[in-house]
Amino acid sequence: MKAPSFAYAKAKSLAEAFELIERPGARILAGGQSLIPSLNMRLASPELLIDITGLKDLQGIDRRPGGLRIGALVTHAQLQRSDAVDQHAPLLLQAAAHIAHPAIRNRGTMGGSLALADPAAEYPACALALNATIVLVHRRGERRVPAAKFFKGLFETDIRPGEILAAAEFPKVERSVFLELARRHGDYAIVGLAGVADASGRRIAYLGVGATPVFAEQASRAVSLNAALELLGRDLQPQADLYNSSATKLHLAKVLLSRAWTTLSKPH
Amino acid sequence: MGKAELPLHAPGTKVDRGYIGESVPRPGLQRLLQGRGAFIDDLRFPRLAHVAFFRSPYAHALVKKLDFKAALRAPGVIAVLDGRAVAEYCTPWVAVLAHLKGIKSPPQHAIAIERACWQGEAVAAVVAESRSQAEDAVALIEAEWKELPVVVDMDDALAGRNVIHPDLGDNICFKREHDTGGVDDAFSSAVVVVEETFHFGRHTGVCLEGRAILADYNAGEHSLTVYHATQAPHMMQDIFSRHLNIPEANVRVITKDVGGSFGIKVHVYPDEMATAAISVMLRRPVKFVADRLESFLSDIHAREHKAKVRLACSKEGDILAFDLDDVTAIGPYSVYPRTSGIEGNQVVNLTGGPYKHQKYRAKMHVVFTNKNVTCQYRAVGHPIAVALTEGIVDIAAQKLGMDPAEFRRRNLIADDAYPYTFPSGIKFEKLSHHKTLDLLLQKMDYKALRAEQAELRKQKIYRGIGLASMIEVTNPSPAFYGVGGARISAQDGATLRLEPTGMLTVMCSVTEQGQGTEAIFAQIAASAVGVSLAKVKVITGDTGITPYGGGTWASRGAGIGGEAVLLAGRALRSNMLDVAAAMLKMDKAELDIAGNAVVHKLTTEKKLELAELGRVAYFRPDTLPLDFQSELTVTRHYTPRQYGFTFTNGIQASLLEVDPDSGFVKLLKHWCVEDSGTVINPMLVDEQLRGGVVQGIGAALFEECIYGPDGQLLNGSMADYLVPMAGEMPDIVCAHVETPTMQSQLGAKGVGEAGTAGAPGAIMNAINDALAPLGARVTRMPFTPERILKALKKVD
Ligand SMILES: Cc1cc2nc3c(=O)[nH]c(=O)nc-3n(C[C@H](O)[C@H](O)[C@H](O)COP(=O)(O)OP(=O)(O)OC[C@H]3O[C@@H](n4cnc5c(N)ncnc54)[C@H](O)[C@@H]3O)c2cc1C
Repeated sequence: MKAPSFAYAKAKSLAEAFELIERPGARILAGGQSLIPSLNMRLASPELLIDITGLKDLQGIDRRPGGLRIGALVTHAQLQRSDAVDQHAPLLLQAAAHIAHPAIRNRGTMGGSLALADPAAEYPACALALNATIVLVHRRGERRVPAAKFFKGLFETDIRPGEILAAAEFPKVERSVFLELARRHGDYAIVGLAGVADASGRRIAYLGVGATPVFAEQASRAVSLNAALELLGRDLQPQADLYNSSATKLHLAKVLLSRAWTTLSKPH
Repeated sequence: MGKAELPLHAPGTKVDRGYIGESVPRPGLQRLLQGRGAFIDDLRFPRLAHVAFFRSPYAHALVKKLDFKAALRAPGVIAVLDGRAVAEYCTPWVAVLAHLKGIKSPPQHAIAIERACWQGEAVAAVVAESRSQAEDAVALIEAEWKELPVVVDMDDALAGRNVIHPDLGDNICFKREHDTGGVDDAFSSAVVVVEETFHFGRHTGVCLEGRAILADYNAGEHSLTVYHATQAPHMMQDIFSRHLNIPEANVRVITKDVGGSFGIKVHVYPDEMATAAISVMLRRPVKFVADRLESFLSDIHAREHKAKVRLACSKEGDILAFDLDDVTAIGPYSVYPRTSGIEGNQVVNLTGGPYKHQKYRAKMHVVFTNKNVTCQYRAVGHPIAVALTEGIVDIAAQKLGMDPAEFRRRNLIADDAYPYTFPSGIKFEKLSHHKTLDLLLQKMDYKALRAEQAELRKQKIYRGIGLASMIEVTNPSPAFYGVGGARISAQDGATLRLEPTGMLTVMCSVTEQGQGTEAIFAQIAASAVGVSLAKVKVITGDTGITPYGGGTWASRGAGIGGEAVLLAGRALRSNMLDVAAAMLKMDKAELDIAGNAVVHKLTTEKKLELAELGRVAYFRPDTLPLDFQSELTVTRHYTPRQYGFTFTNGIQASLLEVDPDSGFVKLLKHWCVEDSGTVINPMLVDEQLRGGVVQGIGAALFEECIYGPDGQLLNGSMADYLVPMAGEMPDIVCAHVETPTMQSQLGAKGVGEAGTAGAPGAIMNAINDALAPLGARVTRMPFTPERILKALKKVD
């Protein structure tokens, strides 16, 4: 299929992007790795694509007290090569290796992934586990939204009209583990687990188990693996997909939990 | 020339094999790598119009009304056509063959009239200045539908509560029974009887280049030139001629580069016929390129079998009898012109094929359903026959407590038993089951792997080793299609022309689909004539140029096309020596050709450069004797006739690990030992095997066209339909036994389908071997993690 026709503008500044985004049928284009396929399948027909990849303000990985700020335009590949990410948010590094294939990682961006909010994507679950803060900018200023409030539904986020996702901030944690089960390398996983732990406790989030990434609140608080496995059934009510029933997904989520448990439960 | 003097398969000698047996690279590689391929979508024509199809969103529905008003007003639109309009230019077809007794199918139109029988069947066409304009207009077509009852499940189809084509009486397209007699006796006297039902998912061959056609009708001469991504240009020439009513010689089918076919591109597709008809109607070039989404809905699918198989065995472990009941569902039409009865027929022919039992009974039903059509795809029927045979053989070995390799050794037909007639009626010229088994076990170090497996089991690591012996139909004679009335040539031809500079032009009716056919033709031609490879230019895929022939299918390119090239090459060499003898005033018997020159046969002293021979023959024939005329263009044909098929044999093995917690399978290694007769180009043969194995792994682990209860395809995109990818593939070790066929001088059998034929069975057996200590077994392909978890009773 051919994409329906659309207009294209490459924003030269954030200000210009804010202006363009007000136009009817406008849509932000970042790495294009999700948006362009959806155009080519005629699943979306925006009238105007605003290419933001030239905006310096949305780039870069910066160390901050207590964590990292990752610009929306940082590609999956840049993230994988970053020492700062390796030191401050190794969970993201582990997760990025599971995203698609090298060609896609060269273009796809952190911001695009968070803004798209695919429930099977890696970063949203990581953001949830890490308690990340999503930074949204608007002509009139900035809004900071905790990940737990950002993912609202299937491909639905808290981004409001006129807003652009500028960055995400990730606090540093002591230990982290990312695991997923995908039938082929690079596929969206059947189910995945992003887990972190430090003195304040354990936070385990899942991908591929619902309309949004899901925080496994009760299992995270459990005192033993057996208790956690038991409680996970209350945290997750996975929807069946083409190949896996809800029960299979829950089973696989438990398998991942068992595998992650030791890392997340080392004595502090 | 008598066989005794033939160099090419003289055992033990390397002399005069020329390039046969050398891994030379394919001639078109650089061109393709430099982006200079000429696929259909690369072609540019003035006044080119583009077609997009309006396809049924329902699996079964009456088209009550089609409203084209808005579509006709859309920018760039040239025409919007329904089935009736196109039917005025293209007659319908019925896909039956006389030798498949009782096969039935309704007439099928290029564009459905009144009723759509599967989701994705085209019911209207939009012709526009560009493809995107055509697609825009397709979205503006308004249709009124009346949904009809949908038949999705093969058992429902068989039961016939809803009959898809009432005129046919029931949903049974074709059935066949075969019985040697004595089967019930064998089962009642057997000590060991095993039974299992195997399910094979419906899948499809995902070609890099989708289906594509550009038809260019020229009203001035009532001629049609079709650029077509097809495997069988002459078959299509005949079909365009008959269904569009254009004299055969006025139809020219040209296949430039083809981006893979695997059997997908050897059938008549309604949307492609419509494209050609529209070109005639509009008197201008018209192009249709199937995009990926419509490929999933309209490229032929394949497999979808449910097969119950029983095996009877003596207490010593001798197989006594096989009993098979196979059902396969093919969609609403038998596919033209090969029919959709062949795959089931092959399952009946091939089940039990490697073994020496004498009693065999089979029952097979081919039924209509409201899903996309199925037809012949790489290894037609073999993956089914091999998997269910090898699956039940392993179950029998397990029950007897025998090692599966030992059990096979005991039952495989002996290497000196040929010629051999198998109880299904098929005849084997010469196979080498035991040699291939021995070589396989040695290559994989079977004993060591078994020891390692036992050791690892103690640590709760579940490795599995699976074997799959196989026989494979290649080089079919006219008994495959011709006898049934299909106008499909089992014969192929090659023309060789010596150019004045001593170069060689080869024109062959077998086509190149990316598999390297042109490379082996160059090797054979160069070797047969005595020139270096760089001097050979091969042309295929043009009915206006090449001799008549069947094209590419059923692993026939090397064995049939290659033989035609060899025969033409030898004849040309002889004619060239006639010229040399006249020029040199020597006896022809004293002369030979080697290294681009005429040489003295005994001393190999160079007598005459071929360039000089060419110069004299073409430009100074006045210097040759008056009664001598040179003939430096030669055509020869070849059809295998002695046997219905030139069977090959081989055996595969898979080593893998099953994670009983997640149900995931990790492929560790794969082996394939194949006897495809004379190996012309080991590199290409190995890559055919590997590519085939990968497609077989796809069937075993990943690929399935999943339909909902309403007949909707649920995973028709590359995101949801899982093709096998490099990351999951194991190393694939290939090895060969060479038993040349004595029917031809080249001795080559086919190799294109062997990998696909054996891999699913080998993988299934390996998974079940891994699961055996856990008391589980899987029988439904593809073996998804969930299916494995269910077998392990980890989930319901
Ligand atoms: C074959 C394939 C496999 C893939 N596999 C995976 C996988 O396994 N895991 C995974 O996570 N992803 C996967 N992806 C998706 C990939 O990671 C995308 O790159 C990512 O989801 C989107 O990032 P992008 O920069 O490409 O965004 P785009 O495609 O450009 O945009 C996506 C959406 O986000 C919006 N958007 C983008 N940036 C912003 C912004 N800064 N502010 C507000 N809105 C914005 C766009 O308007 C659009 O709606 C895969 C993609 C492909 C093609």
